[in-house]
Amino acid sequence: MAPTTPVRSAAEATDAADLDAFLAEHQRRSTLRFITCGSVDDGKSTLIGRLLYEANLVLDDQLRTLEVDSRKLGTRGADLDFALLVDGLQAEREQGITIDVAYRFFSTATRQFIVADTPGHVQYTRNMATGASTADLAVILVDATKGVLAQTRRHTHLVALMGIDQVVLAVNKLDLVDYDQAVFETLTDDYTAFASSVGIDAVTPIPLSAVAGVNLTTPSGHTPWYVGPTLLDALESAPTAALACDGPLRLPVQWVNRPDAGFRGFAGQLVSGTVAPGDEVVVLPSGERSVIDRVVTADGDLQVAVTGEAVTVTLTDEVDVSRGDVISAPGERATVSDRFAAHLVWMAEKPLVPGRRYRAKIGTATVGATIALPLRTLDVEHLDLVSADTLALNDIGEVEVVLDTPVAFDRYRDVRGLGGFILIDRMTNDTVAAGMVDAPLESRGNIHWQHLEVDRDARAELMGHASAVVWMTGLSGAGKSTIANVVERKLHARGVHTFLLDGDNLRHGLCRDLGFSAADRAENIRRAGDVASLLHQAGLVVIAAFISPYAAERAAVREKFVPGEYFEVFVDTPLQVASERDPKGLYARARSGALTGFTGVDAPYEAPERPELRIATTDTSPEAAADAVIALLERDGILTR
Amino acid sequence: MTIVESRPVTAPVRPRVLTHLDRLEAEAIHILREAVAEAENPVMLYSIGKDSSVMLHLARKAFYPSSLPFPLLHVDTTWKFRAMYELRDRVAATDGVELIVHRNPDAVAAGINPFDNGSAVHTDIWKTEGLKQALDEHHFDVAFGGARRDEEASRAKERVFSIRSAEHRWDPKRQRPELWNLYNTRLMRGESVRVFPLSNWTELDVWLYVHREHIDVVPLYFAAPRPVVRRDGVLIMVDDDRFRLEPGETPEILHVRFRTLGCYPLTGGIESSATDLESVIGEMIASTTSERQGRVIDFDGSGSMERKKREGYF
Ligand SMILES: Nc1nc2c(ncn2[C@@H]2O[C@H](COP(=O)(O)OP(=O)(O)O)[C@@H](O)[C@H]2O)c(=O)[nH]1
Repeated sequence: MAPTTPVRSAAEATDAADLDAFLAEHQRRSTLRFITCGSVDDGKSTLIGRLLYEANLVLDDQLRTLEVDSRKLGTRGADLDFALLVDGLQAEREQGITIDVAYRFFSTATRQFIVADTPGHVQYTRNMATGASTADLAVILVDATKGVLAQTRRHTHLVALMGIDQVVLAVNKLDLVDYDQAVFETLTDDYTAFASSVGIDAVTPIPLSAVAGVNLTTPSGHTPWYVGPTLLDALESAPTAALACDGPLRLPVQWVNRPDAGFRGFAGQLVSGTVAPGDEVVVLPSGERSVIDRVVTADGDLQVAVTGEAVTVTLTDEVDVSRGDVISAPGERATVSDRFAAHLVWMAEKPLVPGRRYRAKIGTATVGATIALPLRTLDVEHLDLVSADTLALNDIGEVEVVLDTPVAFDRYRDVRGLGGFILIDRMTNDTVAAGMVDAPLESRGNIHWQHLEVDRDARAELMGHASAVVWMTGLSGAGKSTIANVVERKLHARGVHTFLLDGDNLRHGLCRDLGFSAADRAENIRRAGDVASLLHQAGLVVIAAFISPYAAERAAVREKFVPGEYFEVFVDTPLQVASERDPKGLYARARSGALTGFTGVDAPYEAPERPELRIATTDTSPEAAADAVIALLERDGILTR
Repeated sequence: MTIVESRPVTAPVRPRVLTHLDRLEAEAIHILREAVAEAENPVMLYSIGKDSSVMLHLARKAFYPSSLPFPLLHVDTTWKFRAMYELRDRVAATDGVELIVHRNPDAVAAGINPFDNGSAVHTDIWKTEGLKQALDEHHFDVAFGGARRDEEASRAKERVFSIRSAEHRWDPKRQRPELWNLYNTRLMRGESVRVFPLSNWTELDVWLYVHREHIDVVPLYFAAPRPVVRRDGVLIMVDDDRFRLEPGETPEILHVRFRTLGCYPLTGGIESSATDLESVIGEMIASTTSERQGRVIDFDGSGSMERKKREGYF
């Protein structure tokens, strides 16, 4: 394919030299990603608008619109209201989107900027964490007339937690205090002391007036006592720390590249360190060792690739490597474990359920994960930790994460790209939390699964039938136990080996330490599921009757089995009917308030969407219901007719 | 143990610090690979414009030495510029490219066109409906698109992975927060996801990258003498004899170029003397530097939509 894009020959144009100089310069430009944080009315919109204006980034027609709008809508009398440059667009942007970070782009001769702009209201945590996760620096606004507020400290704390170690402290509205040096210095001292207490030592304080354009792009006569950089200077000269190459090699494998039998490459983006042919490496979690053969790119092999580059490497040995593995430096290798301590920022409307299985994505690995109790949550008033039993939207927690299988990871403070993770809800697939690994914990991996020689098939032969689990779910009083008993009686009469696991009975023994909070319910069902699984392996047809109100826990139980041996039966009785039946008088007690967290009254019941069988008890007798269950087991070959 | 024969090292040792374009390139490649690794049936929407050309180039790099692990999908309206079809067919003829062209059969049957049906109906039936048909027909779960956040104000908050319901609807409440480079690609039954690898690129970045990588783009981006008519202050190119001239209208030959490309009767050109890539970049820089003050700065943010409006983008 012959490219047709015309490229200028040097002789052709008079300003070619300028242009070439510009192009060459642009090729060398670096990127700074930053986040802006401030409380409402500190002047954030005005500051960004004015910065764009001062830096000549506002086009003539936008300026004309601004003049008109300022007269109509502005808060600055006859003057331009620069906040409208940003807010005016924002109105269009809202469109009912609640969680939000707006990304803006601008550039100067030396640098390209990507700004994550987050609203400053109280529900800032989720948005700020998102914006901060990719930022090199934070601009924190304070109003000179108000000083360092609780909100300023919270923002700074979160910025530090997300691993940002440089802050520009924009001390705004200095015009309102007559550009008083003493005000600026008191405020600055106050702030730097707090910042260093949370681990941020690189603070650049700048005295500003966003409305008057003081110290945004040019030094101002109003502040002769200030000799530091302007805001734009500070942004242009800040180090972009994220790309330091001196860390240990970490290459999370994204994709195995196999065009033909002769090539097997491992594609991924280097999150730390450098990689070069001849480097000795270890593949984690397996621990197999090898040596880098080639660093392949479409433009030719590289002699070395650096942090941030997306490459494909080949190894000199045929070791087993797949997506989710990490190619790591053998000397300073990433940790492999299935447990770690972490900070979590909860981002979903539905609160955390400890003990529930979520998915964790860390690097390129995705594994099942649960949050263990006890946990602690940040009290944002005093910025200290208090013990808690859940995390709600915008809460920050200190937790222990337990994974299904060991993966390779690092501490967030050491390697951001292998220490940050997200949690995903298994039912809705929503991203519910962002996490930062604080420290690895010892793996429980020394408990090995004991292989049993007499297996399930052998037992089934002896029993004369296959084993299965019939899991009945439904409201209290729906008729689960009644139907379960009839099923068991009928099966027993046919010589089938059965066992009935009843929710109430289990709570007398194995689960007697558990209450009815969402977390305790999750744990109750986890234990019940495990017991059902053991009895199933023992060769029995297990009939389990549990309210099991949450879809997530039922799904986790289902995952213990293979399709064809697990049958979810939804005993579907309208709440109205169940509460009228009220065989144990529980609904009455719940309605009177004597019982709290009662399913259907003040706790949810999530009806199954695709049960193997749904029984509407209002028009089916327990006998007929039991026959339907048995017919199901016959149909799927568990029982012979 | 197999030792794969090494190729000679041809690329220069890279500088230790990645430039802005290097970082954008690596980010886009990461996004492409991540989506492909977790997708069941991915596709790349190919609209023949400069953004598509850049995205295709990045995809080749991402999966090299394998060929593209997905087909390209062009949702055709039959009203694109002829030069666009030429580039498309040239691209389709290259090794390892599988191109699917979809034309909404209802639009074909009804002869939908911009003159009789107006731009809104034309675009909706050919493009919006056509795209849904093609995605449903092939059961694609991941569709790459070349949209950028800087294109218009309303895109500043768009996600890189944007979830669509089984009815292809975008639900603002269901969009997921995106942290670090960890994208949540999980889908419910019937859902699909649009993936935008160029989210963080600006228009200028795209042109600078086209320049750096010598990427083939449609020549309409460069000024040349072209037959145009002026309607409501907008220059429309008379690209073939289906164009309906109004009484008294005669095409004139002007030096024009286009900043965006679409259906030719709906795309406005600008008069320009920028006949090659460098001068187009030069014009972009000039048009965004105000005379008011000294510092040379280019703005490629939200203002670009304003500029597009001025230049007759529909
Ligand atoms: N006197 C003075 N007022 C300011 C300054 N910066 C912003 N304001 C005013 O403070 C109010 C809030 O500003 P705005 O930019 O909308 O704040 P935001 O909520 O942080 O985006 C507006 O009335 C601004 O005009 C400043 O430097 N000096």
